Order: sequence, then structure tokens, then C-alpha cells
Amino acid sequence: MEIGAYSFGDTPLNPDGTPRPTAEAIRNLFEAIVHADKVGLDYFGVGEHHTTSMPASSPGTLIAAAAAATTQITLGSAASIIGTDDPVRVFQQFATADAISGGGRIEITAGRGSSVETFPLFGYDLADYDELYADKLQLLMTINDSTTEHVSWAGTARPALANLAVVPRPVNGPLPIWLATGGNAASSARAGSLGLPISYGIIGGAPHRFAPLAQLYRASAAQAGHPAENAKVSVAALGLVAPTKGEALDRFYPGWNNLNVEMGRLRGWPAPDKRAYLAQAEAPGAYYVGDPDDVAERIVHLHGHLGQMRHFLQTDIGGLPHEHFIESLTLLATEVKPRVERLLKAQ
Amino acid sequence: MNTAATGPRSIGILGAGRVGTAVARQSLRAGYPVKIATTKPVEEIAMLVDIITPGARAVEASEAANADLVVIAVPLHKYRSLNPRLLAGKTVIDVMNYWAPVDGLIDEFENDPRTSSEIIQAFLPEAHLVKSLNHIGYHELEEDGKKAGAVDRRALALAGDDDHAKRMVAAYLDRLGYDPVDAGPLCAGRAFQPGTEIFNGSHTADQLHAVLAAALASSAS
Repeated sequence: MEIGAYSFGDTPLNPDGTPRPTAEAIRNLFEAIVHADKVGLDYFGVGEHHTTSMPASSPGTLIAAAAAATTQITLGSAASIIGTDDPVRVFQQFATADAISGGGRIEITAGRGSSVETFPLFGYDLADYDELYADKLQLLMTINDSTTEHVSWAGTARPALANLAVVPRPVNGPLPIWLATGGNAASSARAGSLGLPISYGIIGGAPHRFAPLAQLYRASAAQAGHPAENAKVSVAALGLVAPTKGEALDRFYPGWNNLNVEMGRLRGWPAPDKRAYLAQAEAPGAYYVGDPDDVAERIVHLHGHLGQMRHFLQTDIGGLPHEHFIESLTLLATEVKPRVERLLKAQ
Repeated sequence: MNTAATGPRSIGILGAGRVGTAVARQSLRAGYPVKIATTKPVEEIAMLVDIITPGARAVEASEAANADLVVIAVPLHKYRSLNPRLLAGKTVIDVMNYWAPVDGLIDEFENDPRTSSEIIQAFLPEAHLVKSLNHIGYHELEEDGKKAGAVDRRALALAGDDDHAKRMVAAYLDRLGYDPVDAGPLCAGRAFQPGTEIFNGSHTADQLHAVLAAALASSAS
């Protein structure tokens, strides 16, 4: 199984809790990706996000830079919010990164986005949400699957393309395009019938609850005639690895708390509850926060339910000290991954 | 309240998203026959319903609306896809919320002083609308239910203008595993919309009565 990480960017905090410049978050994220490549992590995703605390607004730019500075790691968006972007532009950015990488390491994950900041930011109407998403996903797939540089497409989300060049073309044929979902059943059915690999963002509750969704996804793919080996599942979840479970819990908690306080302020939630945090950080909870044995065992347990081919963690939230992020990436690659492989082989 | 005599015999659910499917599964666990409809043709959602809500049946909206109790669980901004004629005279639970920080601003709801459920009731003038099931998370709905009389049983509020409809919904909530608490007329649903203490928390019946009384007192002053 591939083991990886993803991030929305994480703006560091001053000792008094005020945010440091957002540019530092981008620089830290870039360094983390380069580090992940060096220690042998399989995948790094950059998620489009548009807040001061999580400022990775331009995954394509960051991934192009990382493509030049890395040698083996697969890089992708996690996710690109295509409903409020231009699929032509998204494709061009990732195809450019693919060219820089030498080919074969760049992916796109298309998502709706878990928040709605991009609608006012880019001037879209929320009422068009579903139509925009479906239409733009179809355009992105049309461009990607095109056998020539010239693409024709007509839909409602943007003006038609009449035999226009969309370049560069990816080095080794179409880029992998994943569909990201937080658990809406119709999204699983849609990914399956389109023949796209699916990425489940599991950020709360017991992850094995997603088993029926993965079953629906695979059944939808089979029904549409897509070969079983194309029906790939990946899992994106929160987590941090440290030498001991206690250290992991202590390191992840302050950032988790900061993030939940910020979301609570926005959404009118009460103060976050440490008991809820601790409960989610134990099996069968959603947070992969632990020592290498604990995290590896829980990833393998979920594999029994979902059959995911990739499991990747978001670690840097709420101003996590950079060194803790870096150490978690190292442990994921050098300690968790071999344990996962051993456990899967033993089954 | 004699819930056996007033309870629904069948449940129809409009919407197969996270909320609609969770309500369906919890209803199935409680022993109800469940029919689910979306705006898509039956054959397009049949597999989804079979796998995600085993035991429920995918049907057309007209058939789902034939159930004793109809649950509306479509995205709020799509409420105009509902057919008011199908829901005329029916007891209907509105589980939808206007929750701008999460779902985005919708001018129509932002600029209207009424609660979202009153706006839905105006769109469905002949339905007996009851606001409920909106202030419990869809994970929690399947996890927090307990048998009647259990210590610390969680309570759910309901608000509506039709007493017969409210009795039916109260019996349904009880069988799903929750103490029903009548908050009053439909407009009283304001006390358990997003951002309120009830929406953000988990309460027993006694606690819920106290919070509702406090909310009523502060809105009257």
C-alpha cells in the first residue's frame, strides 16, 4: 500500500498565538514535500484552501515547484476545487508540473471543497454548485483523455472549446484524475460509473463506516463496464506519528484545538472537547495519531474494510511546530510503511 | 402520549444524501418499511439504495410521498425541486437547515426574517410540516438512540402547527430512540436552528425543556 501525506498549508504561530506570514506556511510546505521525497514517502497531496490559517490556495504552483525538487514521490492536489476553477487552467498547470517532473508522478484530484470560500472569491453562485461540478469534471476528463492537443467540448459551465489546443500534453498519456468525496453516496456512484479512482476524506467518525460506500463505488464501476483494477480507493485522514503514542497525542492536540476553535467561531460551535479528541485518536476513531505500530495496525484494519491502495495523512494543522511535522513524515515513511507492508503480507 | 396509536406505519424519504440515508437506516433499525426517492429515475438510484440503506426501496417521489410520514432531506437550496402537490395533506418532517457558514449564503433565506422551515411551509402550503431531526448530526442519529426509559436518553425537539402531525412525529422519534420534546408552533423551531445551544449540544428531555423555556423567555423580552 502507498503511504503518504497531504496538507492545506499551515501558517505558523508566534508564541503569543498570532499568525506569522502566510508565505512561511508555503515555504514550510515546500520543504516538507522535499523531505517526504527524500525519506521515501509514496505520495504528497496539496489541498486547495483559501484561509489565513491554511493558505495553500494554488496547488498547481506548489506542485510544479516540488516536481523540480523531488525525484520519486507522486504529487497531486488533494483536492483541486474544480467547480470554481477553469478545468482548462487546472489541466495545464498539472500537465506543466508533469513535464517538469519528467512524467508519471503528477495526479489531479477533483473535489467540491468542504467549505464554500471559493464561491465569493471567484465570483460563482452557490446555487449552481452541482451543475458546475458535474460539468467541469466532464470537461477536465475530456481534455485529459483527448488523443490530440486539440480539444472540442460544449457545456454550460463555460464557453465551448472548438478544436482549440490545450497544451502541454502529459508526458506518459492522461494524468490520473481522482474524485474526492467526504461520504455522499451519489459521489461514490458517480466516480464508479465514470471509471475514476476515488479518494475518501474521512475526518470524523469510525472510518470503516465508509465500507458500504466503497462497495457502492466498486459495484458502480463494474456495472459501467470498467475493469476492477481501475477501481482504486484511497483514504485521506487526519493523523500524526511520533515515537510514542503519548507524544503523538500531545503534539497533535494543540493544533487540533486551534483549528476547531477557529471553525467553531465561524460556524457557531461550542469549544472543542478534549475527550472527543482522545476518543477519535483511539481505534476505531478517525484520527491516525499514534506510534508507528498503532498507526500501521489501524491503517491495515481499515484496509480490511475499504481495500484502499493509498492511505495519506494531514498532520500540519493549527500551527503544528514544523519539526513535529517533519518527524511524522519520516516515521510514516521509515516505520509505518514497512509495518503496513508486513501486516498485509501476513494476512 | 399513546405513541402506538398515533405513530406512522411507513416512512418515505426524499433525498439520498448523508442525512437522508442515515434517517433511512435508523428507521429500518426501528422496524419501519422505508422508501427513498430522489430527483433521479428509480433505476439510477436502485443500487445506491440497496447497498447504502439495505432493506429500503428506491421509488419515485410520488410513491415515497404515499408513506404515512415523509422526511424531506434534500439540500436546502434545492427545495424547489419538491412537488407541493405530492405533499398536500401529508405529515412531513423538515430536517433541512440554513447554515450559511457551512453551506454558503442563500439570499432568499438570508434576507427573510422567518425560519427556514416557515419558508418551506409556505412553499408546501398544504403539507403538515414539522421541523425536527435537524439538530442532531447524521452520525449521531445512528449512534445515540436508546430504548424508551433509558437513563440519559437523548431528546429531540419538534416544532409544527398541526397537532396530529406532531403526535405522529413524536411517536416516530420515540421509536427511533429519542425522547420527543414539543417546542411549540413551527416558528418555535428558531430555538433549535444552527448556532443555537440546542443545535450545538446533546440534551435529555429535561435539559431540552429548560433550554427551550429560556429561549422562549428571551425572545419574548
